[in-house]
Amino acid sequence: MRDVGGGATHQLSEEILAGYAAGTLPEAFSAVVATQASICAETRERLRELEVIGGALFELGGSAEMRLGALEATMAKIAAVKAAPPVAPGPEAAPDPVLPKPLRAYVGGGIDAVKWRPIGMGAKQAILHETTDSSLRLLQIPAGCELPDHGHQGVEMTLVLQGAFLDGADRYARGDVDLADEETEHRPIADVSEDCVCLVACEGRLKFSGLLPKLAQPFLRI
Amino acid sequence: MLTEISSVPAPRFAALRSFHTARGGILAIDDHDSPAPDAPAEDTGPETARGRVRRAELGTSDAAAGIEAAIWAGHVAAVAEAGDHAAFAALFAHFAPRVKAFLMRGGANEAQAEECAQDVMVTVWRKAELFDPARATVATWIFTIARNRRIDVVRKENRPEPEPEDLSWGPEAEPGPAEQVATRQESALLRAAMSRLPKAQKDLIERAYFGDLSHSEISRATGLPLGTIKSRIRLALERLRREMKMGD
Repeated sequence: MRDVGGGATHQLSEEILAGYAAGTLPEAFSAVVATQASICAETRERLRELEVIGGALFELGGSAEMRLGALEATMAKIAAVKAAPPVAPGPEAAPDPVLPKPLRAYVGGGIDAVKWRPIGMGAKQAILHETTDSSLRLLQIPAGCELPDHGHQGVEMTLVLQGAFLDGADRYARGDVDLADEETEHRPIADVSEDCVCLVACEGRLKFSGLLPKLAQPFLRI
Repeated sequence: MLTEISSVPAPRFAALRSFHTARGGILAIDDHDSPAPDAPAEDTGPETARGRVRRAELGTSDAAAGIEAAIWAGHVAAVAEAGDHAAFAALFAHFAPRVKAFLMRGGANEAQAEECAQDVMVTVWRKAELFDPARATVATWIFTIARNRRIDVVRKENRPEPEPEDLSWGPEAEPGPAEQVATRQESALLRAAMSRLPKAQKDLIERAYFGDLSHSEISRATGLPLGTIKSRIRLALERLRREMKMGD
């Protein structure tokens, strides 16, 4: 994971970026990639290269014959489509120091528009997107506080948007990504400088190893 | 330039198209790490270089692939500037069947893929003026449109796009010819690199991109451990990335 040189020090893996370029990642994980790419120019360039690879595979790949009259049908669709009227920019159009555009679209505005819900010990969360197999949420951890110890059912991807957190010996700041899987039992602690805001995508639900958080899990949806 | 491009006769594209269909796609071309066989004699169109470039011949084949990419870019420009039907028909004949195949490999049925491929070509027409030849070849651009359409229709999900969004395909202030040449050269180098990739590696990245199998399904199908598959995909992508930058 560690990748020194320009921008964030904890970068997205090749596999995840390729999944984004190929369009095969679940939406929650795509959102993390798009958000990280909004912060990190190096990721944007890596994604561009992966799209070039996708373009070459696409062009060299097989072809399936179009039906008779497909071109005419397409020209008819083109003639039928009227130019969409310009849409007035919503509150998500305004720049925000914490939330890049992909997240402002979910929130419907900047960091001040986030609808936080307390999850105990001063921490707060806002669920942005949830399906049966994955979820996307914003987490806010007060400066110097700890996120409850937890394991995972699947892959969990955490991107720092504000402040920083420490996970073992590693420090993660804005733009850094921490990837954990089923085997990882980690205990992130927010840096003392300021409250830490993270974007978290995970497969399945989080499970906590402490007794109390486990009981609270169904209510907190974390 | 535009008139010259628009006047490429349609039957030639039809011939190229049937050649492509007969060839059976990427997996049929190259079997091993060794250089690919020479192109058949009748393959004299702009597609000569595709997937068949030898290191020693890179100069000439590179130019051929570059010319082909320039022709497609010219067709898109003709659609954008003049609503050129002939140019669009040529783009349609070449790319629509590829879009359809891509969508079918990603899990769409034939009817759905046909419909979506038509929709993708409608987008090509409507967004032609946003195409930036300094940023991408037409093949890469259409690949991203098809990919996004697949996410919409097959996966029924949104695709969050990075900010600044105009970084993707927005027009930039008069892209210089040097950038356009660099973009096409990168694409030619990549094709050459892809033709030298061992079959097993290429097979894996193709599956990863076309999305017809998850990594664990590939693992079951090939009997290879999941970790091996992931590292092979990573190695193959890193190798392609490195080689497409050889021209820098």
